Amino acid sequence: MTVLAYAETRGGAVGKPAREATGAARAMAEAWGAETHVVALGGPGTADAARGLASLGADRIHVAEGEGLALYQPDVVAAAVSRLIGEGGFRAVVFPATAQGKDLAPRVAARLGCGLATEIVSWSADGEALVVRRPMYAGKAIATLRLAAAPALVTIRANVFAAEERPGAGELVMLAAADEDARIRVTELEIGDRAQLDVAEATIVVSGGRGMQDPEHWHLLEDLVKALGEDAALGASRAVVDAGWRPHGEQVGQTGKTVSPNLYFAVGISGAIQHLAGMRTAKVIVAINRDAEAPIFGVADYGIVGDVFEILPPLTQAIRTARAGG
Amino acid sequence: MNTIVCIKRVPDSATRVKIAGDGKSLDPAGVKYVMNPYDEFALEEALRHREAAGEGTVTVITLGPSEAVETLRQALAMGADEAVLLKSEGSHDGRVVAHALADEIRGRPHDLVLFGKQAIDDDNMQVPGMVAELLELPCATVVVQLEIADGRATARREVEGGHEVLEFPLPAVVSAQKGLNEPRYASLKGIMAAKKKPLEEKEVTLAEATVELVSLEEPPAPAAGRIVGEGPDAVPELVRLLREEAGVF
Ligand SMILES: Cc1cc2nc3c(=O)[nH]c(=O)nc-3n(C[C@H](O)[C@H](O)[C@H](O)COP(=O)(O)OP(=O)(O)OC[C@H]3O[C@@H](n4cnc5c(N)ncnc54)[C@H](O)[C@@H]3O)c2cc1C
Ligand SMILES: Nc1ncnc2c1ncn2[C@@H]1O[C@H](COP(=O)(O)O)[C@@H](O)[C@H]1O
Repeated sequence: MTVLAYAETRGGAVGKPAREATGAARAMAEAWGAETHVVALGGPGTADAARGLASLGADRIHVAEGEGLALYQPDVVAAAVSRLIGEGGFRAVVFPATAQGKDLAPRVAARLGCGLATEIVSWSADGEALVVRRPMYAGKAIATLRLAAAPALVTIRANVFAAEERPGAGELVMLAAADEDARIRVTELEIGDRAQLDVAEATIVVSGGRGMQDPEHWHLLEDLVKALGEDAALGASRAVVDAGWRPHGEQVGQTGKTVSPNLYFAVGISGAIQHLAGMRTAKVIVAINRDAEAPIFGVADYGIVGDVFEILPPLTQAIRTARAGG
Repeated sequence: MNTIVCIKRVPDSATRVKIAGDGKSLDPAGVKYVMNPYDEFALEEALRHREAAGEGTVTVITLGPSEAVETLRQALAMGADEAVLLKSEGSHDGRVVAHALADEIRGRPHDLVLFGKQAIDDDNMQVPGMVAELLELPCATVVVQLEIADGRATARREVEGGHEVLEFPLPAVVSAQKGLNEPRYASLKGIMAAKKKPLEEKEVTLAEATVELVSLEEPPAPAAGRIVGEGPDAVPELVRLLREEAGVF
């Protein structure tokens, strides 16, 4: 019996989504006394990059690499992963709930006729069955689902499952990927001008709302992000996205991104229910708002009542000093 | 060009969620239902492509209870040509819904099959990709831009930090993300016209679920918020708490 992780690659690199999926698969495998396999498809260099997943518990690493896989090719990957799973013996398959994982998992589930639970936040083994918990209604309810038949497919929410160092055998096996499987082709990947971390992937998020008053004031938030280090990213409320102050890619909430960072700053954000939907599972929430009655304070672990323009500069300075060891 | 748009009736995003007595569903009392917001983008896109082409029909399909007729009427009022209700209780299992929709779509002419990227009740984000596989069609998900010419399409889909550009032939499946367009409102004329448009209702029997819903709960109430203080004087204490109590940096 085996648990498989989809080790997402981006241009031949294996990042956090792959590590989190491997860690979750490894933990499941231990619960069932099963082996952990990972599958990685990507550009040249993928095999070398994926080898590193052995240290997180991968016993076998299935790899396909080549120029044609440098960009995520949905059908080619879906077909190759489905063929691998179809060989049998897989109890569960773990995908990261990233743009790739969310696109891929339903395709694989439909091809193989297996059950899929998306964006799970916890799991347990109940005999042979996999029992998972996942938010519904934008986090306003938590569902418990039971996937009795094998293989059970899941996508895991980012920043929820940690990968632990735990050496696995790391046997490398080449996997066939056929370009003819492509019904659709990804021809280009356009990544934003700044080499900036996406809000959905960051472990620290600084979000600004209408309380920032003007897009010209965003440098205050950018400074705070910089002070917080390279795992921090900017987010935004819908009000400022709709006003054209910030790009939609930064929007957090029901019609934006769902984030679960370790630390979330809501700056000049009222805390509308649709905004909370996207960030209430953050581990620590800090709110800065001049209205002590703002609903954001109801979910914030720490709040400061006051004017953002008076608070941001000293806050950025204090965090810079604290992080420098002062 | 014949376009099919799958739309779902869902509780409004401002709904206060209360769990019903069965511990498995939403208490419908006082809940306002709307067309899934992402499906509005899908429908708008279908209408625009029909208008640009000057021909073709837009068919909307929903799987749901009898009340979902209201959602179909809204779609007809916005400009869809015909509507189909697959009467059923629905399922939390995306695959079950996808099979029922795919069976209906298969029997109808379709150059383009549009979906919302996600239904905001179950938040499954499963059905579009599954229907595409069942129909063996090219599929672009989470699309913010769609261009169609001479039976081929180019789409941009949202990914972390940017976009992927996709190229594919029709027929195809596309799921809509916010940003694709600005959905129109139904005009009074549209609402009147909708009453005369064809709306077919049929019972469907759903396949057995592979994912069983055991329970639905309200999330634990967040620990009451703590106000650290007022104004810039509270900053040092906040930073101390973040370091020492929360341990975040
Ligand atoms: C279907 C639907 C989907 C939605 N999806 C989303 C979503 O994905 N994400 C989202 O964010 N919203 C979403 N919304 C919108 C949501 O309801 C709110 O309108 C929005 O979140 C408000 O943004 P805001 O907090 O920036 O603005 P406001 O509500 O206007 O709040 C601004 C806050 O800033 C404070 N403030 C003002 N000046 C200062 C100052 N100088 N110093 C300190 N504080 C100050 C004010 O006290 C106020 O609390 C959605 C709505 C609907 C209907
Ligand atoms: N019951 C349904 N009836 C019609 N379309 C649906 C239904 N459920 C889901 N869909 C479509 O599939 C999309 C994604 O839904 P989901 O996979 O459930 O998040 C929705 O935006 C709709 O376009």
